[in-house]
Amino acid sequence: MNKFHTLVQDTVRWSLVVIGAAIIGVLWIWASTVPAEATTGGFIPSPREGFLAPDFTLESLSGDEISLSDMRGKVIVLNLWASWCPPCRAEMPALQRVYQENKERGLEVLAVNMTAQDSLADVEAFVQEFNLTFPILLDTSGEVGNTYLMRALPTTFFIDREGVIQRVIVGGPMSEVTLQSTVEQLLEGVP
Amino acid sequence: MYPILQIGPLAIQLPGLLLLVGFWIGTHIAERETARYKLDPGLISNMIFIALAAGIVGARLGYALKYIDLYLSEPLNLLALNPNTLSIMEGIVVGLIAAMIYAQRKGLSLLPTLDTLALGAAVFAIFVALAHLSSGDAFGAATTVPWAIELWGADRHPSQIYELLFAVGVTLVILPVRKTRAFSGFIFTLFVALAAISRLFLECFRGDSSIVFGSIRSAQLISFAVMIFALIALHLLSRNNVEMKAQPPA
Repeated sequence: MNKFHTLVQDTVRWSLVVIGAAIIGVLWIWASTVPAEATTGGFIPSPREGFLAPDFTLESLSGDEISLSDMRGKVIVLNLWASWCPPCRAEMPALQRVYQENKERGLEVLAVNMTAQDSLADVEAFVQEFNLTFPILLDTSGEVGNTYLMRALPTTFFIDREGVIQRVIVGGPMSEVTLQSTVEQLLEGVP
Repeated sequence: MYPILQIGPLAIQLPGLLLLVGFWIGTHIAERETARYKLDPGLISNMIFIALAAGIVGARLGYALKYIDLYLSEPLNLLALNPNTLSIMEGIVVGLIAAMIYAQRKGLSLLPTLDTLALGAAVFAIFVALAHLSSGDAFGAATTVPWAIELWGADRHPSQIYELLFAVGVTLVILPVRKTRAFSGFIFTLFVALAAISRLFLECFRGDSSIVFGSIRSAQLISFAVMIFALIALHLLSRNNVEMKAQPPA
């Protein structure tokens, strides 16, 4: 039996230890209090969950200029893709269906094509093949890919109505159920 | 932050790999610790794997229950290899229940079983910290201390390094202390107390705490409760042991 074991068994002395730990604990919790908005990313733009989605402006396939910040107030699925990427190809029909079904409820899909690593002709053929009706944005300089630290295709960011990224799914293909259940949480406003 | 390990054409997600390695090493350590507590190593490793398997199944079912209509229309999605469609809390509960049922059936007594797991759990915590370091999760609060690191758009406390140091510290305490064989349940309860104290202390430097009651970090409330509970349990277990020793063998 060493000293610690004797201490632990002694009701009076161990009570003092527990009370001491409780007092220090409470003081430390009090010292650690912060305003609720001070934790998580708050409104720092960074491509990760809990942070503001970094803004960008890109030209769409149909020639419009679209900014992410114009979409504030909607739930946004930001999908980074390329026409030569098989899992991107596999998940596009599901993305189109989920968009179709939830458009009215305030869902926007922005499909950002990694045009710097793709060809415009392939992109057009791809969009026609799958009858995509959401905006296809062209990242010709690779700017959005860089800002969003893209490491794999596809990568999908789920952004809430306040512009905060709530979920990042790297890789794919995502099933329609995964897409729909994730979108559902954001449309209902469940954190 | 080094999330991807590139080996030729293979891009391996390093945080996941670290957790896997940590789990494997932790399980291996637990198996070796069984000798100290006179338990069957096969039973302990089975229990751990049953808990893991049941936990994953529970986590997916828990998620599917929330979106039952979606999953009823496409039930094959229950088998999807997608970690995003898991509910962590449900998984932990189901995993624990499965482990308890297994232990009960095999006649594993509670306290020695927990003691067997303590060192493995402490080592696993080191790998959790390494996984956080690799992914940039569990990130620190913005700060101006000279050792701040730049991460996610701000200079932050290197909370992952703190976590790593504390996990190593807890392991270094457990390593020699477990040889003293004080009383049944001692080493596990000590580990729980140390882990709770670490979290209670370190949470202050985190930038991703969830906040309750306006300004209190919820993880600190939970760690505080666990710490007090573990400290009291240490005392009760030690008394229990004295009484056991005082009784002559039947």
